[in-house]
Amino acid sequence: MKPFRIILGLFCLLIAVWLVMPTLVIIPMSFNEKKSLAFPPSGFSWQWYANFFTNPEWLTSFFNSLRVAAIVAVAATVVGTLASLGLSRMKHSGAGILRALLITPMIVPGVVLAIGIYAVYLNYQLVGTTLGFVIAHTMLAIPFVIIAVSASLEVFDVRLETAAASLGANRLTTFRTITLPLIAPGILSGLLFAFVTSFDEIIVALFITSPYLKTLPVQIYTSITRDADPTVAAVGTIIFLATSLIITAGLIIGSNSKRS
Amino acid sequence: MHTTNMSTSAGRARGAAIGIRNATKRYGNFTALDDVSLHIEPGEFMTLLGPSGSGKTTTLNVVAGFTDVTSGELSVGDQSIVGVPAHKRNIGVVFQHYALFPHMTVGKNVAYPLTLRGVNKAERDRRVARALDMVKMADFAHRYPAQLSGGQQQRVALARAIVFDPPLLLMDEPLGALDKKLREWLQLEIKRIHRELGTTFVYVTHDQEEALVLSDRIAVFNRGRIEQVGTGRELYDEPATLFVGKFIGESTTLRGAAETAGGETGLSIAGQKVAARQTLSGGRNPVILLRPEKLAIVSRGTSLADGQNSLAGQVSEAIYLGSGSKYQVTLKDGSVAIVRASLEAASFSIGDEVDLRWSIADSKLLADDAQADLTLT
Repeated sequence: MKPFRIILGLFCLLIAVWLVMPTLVIIPMSFNEKKSLAFPPSGFSWQWYANFFTNPEWLTSFFNSLRVAAIVAVAATVVGTLASLGLSRMKHSGAGILRALLITPMIVPGVVLAIGIYAVYLNYQLVGTTLGFVIAHTMLAIPFVIIAVSASLEVFDVRLETAAASLGANRLTTFRTITLPLIAPGILSGLLFAFVTSFDEIIVALFITSPYLKTLPVQIYTSITRDADPTVAAVGTIIFLATSLIITAGLIIGSNSKRS
Repeated sequence: MHTTNMSTSAGRARGAAIGIRNATKRYGNFTALDDVSLHIEPGEFMTLLGPSGSGKTTTLNVVAGFTDVTSGELSVGDQSIVGVPAHKRNIGVVFQHYALFPHMTVGKNVAYPLTLRGVNKAERDRRVARALDMVKMADFAHRYPAQLSGGQQQRVALARAIVFDPPLLLMDEPLGALDKKLREWLQLEIKRIHRELGTTFVYVTHDQEEALVLSDRIAVFNRGRIEQVGTGRELYDEPATLFVGKFIGESTTLRGAAETAGGETGLSIAGQKVAARQTLSGGRNPVILLRPEKLAIVSRGTSLADGQNSLAGQVSEAIYLGSGSKYQVTLKDGSVAIVRASLEAASFSIGDEVDLRWSIADSKLLADDAQADLTLT
């Protein structure tokens, strides 16, 4: 029995390394002294971090992404939450079809969507605009919000709304004081997913970008094909740490609100 | 906020009179309520009793405003509530599933209806404390519902439903999810709270014993209609229909070929004649309903006293209950009679050939209703 357990342990370790290594590899690379993306790196330097925070090209694209993702997170959360509420209240069979329809942006290949969006945007001068990015990314983020909020609504006891009505609460008050606080964990995790979906979206972004509006993933992509310097690794490290923090925060909020 | 002042003309007894007139509720082809009329006195404890699907819960939902009537009139005090949304009716409701808000403490739950009505903090705290005191949950104000037992949660739900002094409190099988001992104790608590408040209580249950313990009057529902309204004693002693007779308490039903003569009805059961001092009009098929404590078991062939009925049978089950005994006696026609005997009565064993005796005056003659058996099972 003993040797089997050791082999099993080693195998699991191998899988773990396989899954995590590609992400972790960028951390040492970001401190490379030479202007190359070679692994293993040589020497130690902060210069690529300095480059990220001083080079206007990097900073602008970072703030573009931040701005777009923030608007998308709010818009997708509002629309997705309302859609989930409507779907959960629908009694007839149309609800299933409607739900499937709203989830499609998650299933349809990104390139296909990107072509369609690009074609339409050319007509309406939306290429390279914040509005263009927000509309496209919101569409991509809505399914994540719907899935997260629907999961919350699944365990929400609708009879509490009847009880609130009997105690004197109208529908809006009931939503504000009972429904909303109880599905808040789902809404919050939907919000985080929506933000991340927009923040690291590259396929559609590559199509609708312009020299005047680049998001961070687009900038990373052009940088790696043009300069191939370790700034990319520094950016990757920063994003990795930031998203880890956000997800951890989300998990903590989620587990704290599990009062029922 | 939405407080409609209903108690003004309903008298100072705090409880409001409830009027249900010709209420009908249809769901597609299904008639959940079929022309139901019921008047409830201010401060009365009225129980709606019946099997599931009999319309008792629909009646409660219609009064609470959770569903609309298809036709008919509803009033609380002297005001019609047809078309008034649930949140403006000012009626307290206690649900079987408690329906406490899990994200609020007990104190916040009970304060909720007061907050909605814009009651200031000092007054709110005072009334929450009083309501929690009344249900003996004052020490639990800072707990969350998930930290309470079912019985405790239901007491909090009751406090929440009475804290805003509604003129009417509706309770939908509030003890249905609790075990027997707790249920019996809470029944007495509910009775006490009803006495202290003077509010009109409408209580829905399928448990006839619970109905007898709690109610001033009971309305017995069956298939979307009210079969009879009366005190527990009236329903037990003078059931208007076979359904009511069988639903309230234990009973034995005798069926046989009938003949009417001189104000008496005789039934022939496996060759033996038994009588009742009533007749039925309208050519309906008569049956005799017997209560178990009115029946006596005697050894076969014991001499018959005046004014008594007798049927031969065999003891098929004998149960010792502590306070007395319960027998099942299989009659010659195959039907089973239930008999309760006091401790002093002679005891019998399974297989004994016996005679059942009862006073002709205790034969309750009712119209047969084949549906009565179906709805009960």
